Amino acid sequence: MGESLSQIFIGALLTNNFVLAMFLGLCPFLGVSGRLGTALPMGLATGFVMLVASICAYALNLVLSAFHLDFLRLISYIVVIASSVQLVEMVMKKYSPTLFRAMGIYLPLITTNCAILGVALFQTARDYDFPQSLAFSTGAGAGFTLALVLMASLRERLQLANVPTVVQGTALSLILAGLLSLTFMGFAGLGGGE
Amino acid sequence: MNSPVPVHTTPSNKMILTMGLVASICGVLIVGAYESTQEAIAHNKRIMVERAVFKVLPGAAKVSEYVATAGGIQPLTGNVPEGGVKFYAAYDAAGALKGIAAEAAGKGYADIVRVLYGYDAKCQCIIGIGVVSMRETPGIGDKIITDKDFLKNFEALDVRINAEMSALTNAVKVVKHGSKQNAWEIDAIAGATITSKAVGRGINESAQKLLPLLVPHVKELLP
Amino acid sequence: MSLKKETDDGITFDTFMEGIWRQNPVFVMVLGMCPTLAVTVSAVNALSMGIATLFVLVSSCLLVSLIRNLVPKEVRIATYIVIIATFVTLVDYIIQAVSLSLYEALGAFIQLIVVNCIVLGRAEAHASRNPPLKAVLNALGMGIGFTIGLLALGATREILGAGKLFGFSLFGDHFQPWVVMVLPPGGFFVLGAWLLLFSFMRSRSEKGAQHG
Repeated sequence: MGESLSQIFIGALLTNNFVLAMFLGLCPFLGVSGRLGTALPMGLATGFVMLVASICAYALNLVLSAFHLDFLRLISYIVVIASSVQLVEMVMKKYSPTLFRAMGIYLPLITTNCAILGVALFQTARDYDFPQSLAFSTGAGAGFTLALVLMASLRERLQLANVPTVVQGTALSLILAGLLSLTFMGFAGLGGGE
Repeated sequence: MNSPVPVHTTPSNKMILTMGLVASICGVLIVGAYESTQEAIAHNKRIMVERAVFKVLPGAAKVSEYVATAGGIQPLTGNVPEGGVKFYAAYDAAGALKGIAAEAAGKGYADIVRVLYGYDAKCQCIIGIGVVSMRETPGIGDKIITDKDFLKNFEALDVRINAEMSALTNAVKVVKHGSKQNAWEIDAIAGATITSKAVGRGINESAQKLLPLLVPHVKELLP
Repeated sequence: MSLKKETDDGITFDTFMEGIWRQNPVFVMVLGMCPTLAVTVSAVNALSMGIATLFVLVSSCLLVSLIRNLVPKEVRIATYIVIIATFVTLVDYIIQAVSLSLYEALGAFIQLIVVNCIVLGRAEAHASRNPPLKAVLNALGMGIGFTIGLLALGATREILGAGKLFGFSLFGDHFQPWVVMVLPPGGFFVLGAWLLLFSFMRSRSEKGAQHG
């Protein structure tokens, strides 16, 4: 397609933000964005797994295409992702046990985060080469973290506001997400085209 | 503090055996599904291509796939070779060459916009486009399908080759709505510049790659 | 050999109905959000996605339940994921063979069914502890509940955002569509509105039960 690296990066980060425009990574987005303290590490951990998954997916795709085993793509991607998450978990447990305990159940949940598989699938579908894939996954990770942090900050503030009980909870988070998504639409055209 | 309860861990050969069993079942299912659906999928893809080509080159009755490389043009069987560009040659019921069609893709607002364009070798111009797939905003970006003025751009879009047969004499360019001056320019849709530019960019890229390889050999396509 | 206690209260009507109302994946459990919002721009897409997920859910739960006593607990999640990925790959090819335009419309979200929390969640929480028939019925209920949720969203967004339902124009040519509804923000808003409605209805019925 001839997309430049910065176009791809800004695209995944802002214009087509992974969470707010492409609807990927919503479960953790709605689940973990309650507090800034958990949101930021979750975002960074996910971003890191995205990068690892993207590199592995690129390599896997080369192998699978060479041997015409395209029908194994989905299974191999998901296995690789699950393993990367295990790896990150082990590393975190060893080097930062407090953070590991704080993240609790959410770490293994990164495996089912559609955003990670989404990164792998989209970069394959768009036929990105290696530098483009890297730009894409870093942009996606950054975009995910950005959306998560924004949401967490907003929700922390909202706890002090007087919201009717019936709206509280997930309904409120969704409306909030909708407003965020609307504002991100304003980034359309940023860094893109001649 | 209770003394630790002995944990029952499964012997590893049992684990390997189970995983192996599961893997085999899944393998059989996947391969089975793949084999049994391949024909239907190829058939569907072929129909989709034909429908798009017939729309862009009215009067066509038969479509043949070709690939253009530095060495010339030949019918396409299997995958497109490195450096080759795929195109379709359309013939009418009498067997005369109706025109050539090729795919163009450009990144639009939401995702990639794919169009098929029809090319006439006599006038060295594009004579029509058809949108193959897009995910643009309904009511804004999707006007590229319906907007008559936009589609008029493609009734005689100049894509002449230069004397050296290395590139287009003038690159296809998308200009602001209402400011089209030359036959190789495309008037963008007011309020839908991003999607319009995606189409223009895609067509330019595709034409720049395909036409220098195709034009010198186009006579070979005549029956 | 199995360390898990099998819940043996037999098959009740609730086994099936649970997924449709009480534990509806979309409106109550709020799971499987990604495909829910991305794909529900029209009722047809929503319905197709729901059926695809239903197929994956039922087949995976069936297979998981059949081998539930053979899978050592250490590798169970990995095994379930591989099984689910297999059926998703199957659905992927089936949809391509049936209708390429539908396949284009649903896009990558077909393959993303693999990480739909509902499927893995049901396999782990229910299918791995129950006999096949019970597991299948429960999965069926969940799948239908999910499809109903998707349809509710898809229909709302299509009606408001395009003035159509299942492709049939409802309001004629002069209808000014509320385009944002078929765009990402609209997805969030419409789902939020439905959840609000549900939460309101539930608090009403709870209040009613208290005063009754």
